[in-house]
Amino acid sequence: MPTADRAGESGLLEVDGLSVDFATDHGWANVVADVSFHVGQGEIVGLVGESGSGKTVTGLSILGLVPSPPGRLAGGSVRFEGRNLTGMSERQLRDIRGNDIAMIFQEPMTSLNPAFTVGDQISETFRRHRGGSRRAATARAVEVLELVGIPNATKRVEAYPHEFSGGMRQRVMIAMALTCEPKILIADEPTTALDVTIQAQILELLSSMRDTIGMGVLLITHDLGVVAEVCDRVVVMYAGQVVERSPVGPLFDEPRMPYTEGLLLAMPQVGAASGRLASIPGRTPEPWNMPAGCRFHPRCPYTEQKCTERPIPLLAVGDDRHSRCVRTAELELRGVR
Amino acid sequence: MLGLFLRRVLVSIPLLGVVSFLVFSLIVLVPGDAAVALAGPDPDPAQIAAVRERLGLNDPYLVQYWNWLSGVLQGDLGDSLFTSQTVWSSISARLPATLSLAGLALLLAIVLGITVGSVAGLRPGTWIDRVATVTASVGVAVPYFWVGMILVLFLAIDNTLLPAVGYIPLTSDPVSWLQHLIIPATALALAPAAVIARQTRASVATVMSEDYVRTAKAKGLSPVRVVGKHALKNAALPVVTVFGIEANRLIGGTVVIEQLFALPGIGQLAYQAVFARDFPVVQGVVLVSAVMVLMINILVDVSYGYFNPRIRQS
Repeated sequence: MPTADRAGESGLLEVDGLSVDFATDHGWANVVADVSFHVGQGEIVGLVGESGSGKTVTGLSILGLVPSPPGRLAGGSVRFEGRNLTGMSERQLRDIRGNDIAMIFQEPMTSLNPAFTVGDQISETFRRHRGGSRRAATARAVEVLELVGIPNATKRVEAYPHEFSGGMRQRVMIAMALTCEPKILIADEPTTALDVTIQAQILELLSSMRDTIGMGVLLITHDLGVVAEVCDRVVVMYAGQVVERSPVGPLFDEPRMPYTEGLLLAMPQVGAASGRLASIPGRTPEPWNMPAGCRFHPRCPYTEQKCTERPIPLLAVGDDRHSRCVRTAELELRGVR
Repeated sequence: MLGLFLRRVLVSIPLLGVVSFLVFSLIVLVPGDAAVALAGPDPDPAQIAAVRERLGLNDPYLVQYWNWLSGVLQGDLGDSLFTSQTVWSSISARLPATLSLAGLALLLAIVLGITVGSVAGLRPGTWIDRVATVTASVGVAVPYFWVGMILVLFLAIDNTLLPAVGYIPLTSDPVSWLQHLIIPATALALAPAAVIARQTRASVATVMSEDYVRTAKAKGLSPVRVVGKHALKNAALPVVTVFGIEANRLIGGTVVIEQLFALPGIGQLAYQAVFARDFPVVQGVVLVSAVMVLMINILVDVSYGYFNPRIRQS
């Protein structure tokens, strides 16, 4: 049941009303609920939320990679260049994966296969989608390794993943994803497992690749600092729902959803006056035990009677901004700039 | 890879020395005296002493060992005490039957075990998985000679599809060779196949939830490639380990199976030699079997290097 809040017409990738269920001991649990957003060409969109908010499942379901069982697509659609990915056969989807839409993952340590050289793993993608000789594919592997800044790439294609550091492995993952010059890159927490200086390098690499190749990036992260650094627009998820959607600047200046405010206040600020970090009290609800009304209301400092009565729709709140808060018009939420 | 292989061979040499000493010492521990048996019916002590002297049984123990070992190192395993043949010619005449049986059984165990294990491991928790797991548990539990007899009963006696006993050399008639070996090899292969299947199932099920398998899927690879290339190579290490253990056990199993199916292999030779107290033959057979086991272990160790590059490079 796609809702009125159409994601936008310009999207290269359009996720519309996406819902995903998972089989649990408590029956089917809805972990992604009516999620809509779009990613345009050359754009970096941040998908933000706590662990368990459904952001990774959202990313995986774009490529039809949600493990089934236990997962199942319960509704909605994903469109890429106007083609409906959710209606495609597995075989058709395989032609898209790694070719038009590539994905990189959180754990560079475990996401590469330890039994094959990085050159083998990169050129495999190329040969799968572009064919050609082994030699040409290896040449391409060297090219993309150079592109992502692996020194001595001609030699390093022969190396195994364990011969690389964490940051270098994530570069290899990115190289692998870029092999076929995808139009969309889904990056699931690409910097979470890395230390801070390496994080900055990887983010810089991602945005420079966006500029070189012109691809759209869906950057899944729990870290608003990362979002501030590279994203153009942000989609905030909570308990499986999109709770706020906004361009980056306005979101940081003036959040329209109390949950976003909570996330912003929990961010460490360099040179901030107060020494203590605010944290959001309570925990994310279990998917089989969602609160009635606004899913955030048990943790929200601004809860009123009307927040608990019925499900809250995503409301348009100004220029390209949406919020899932009934009190958004009356509240004055604090930003961080 | 070659370096790893050579290192493993070098390490095996002292091991082989220890094995040869144990093989030789076994004879001292075994009850029965070949000299008594050889001296003819109702021998007097002088005759026995003469035989002892001729066989060198009066020499100090280490001298006996040294004499035997220096012969072995020159390819001379000695002569049978009862037949006029050299030990090596008896063994080499019987090696093809044993190698055929063991080779075919190992091949069957691998193909069957990995197929069933992969099918089950790719669908953990489904009825296919349960059927495979239960079958494998039963397969581990039943004794192979019993399986052999049941197979003979059904395939050779009730229905005359296959010959019950005997051996035809591969070189004289390959089809007949295979027909004669199917039942014994299957009997021998079933338990190892079951163990390999269980290990493969566990290993594949674990590997399929690894991040790099998800990466392989996200690259657009077909399921055949995801499983056949990315999953199986990683799942192989523990499987290879149990394969090594099972292969060694299977070589032991050939003794009984060769007896049961009248296969002229070295297991049968060992059986006869033990009861005849034909010590040089027993020593030869045990030594040759030990070399086979060592070679399997070397192959297993070297294959670790193939499956895991970290082992290769360390």
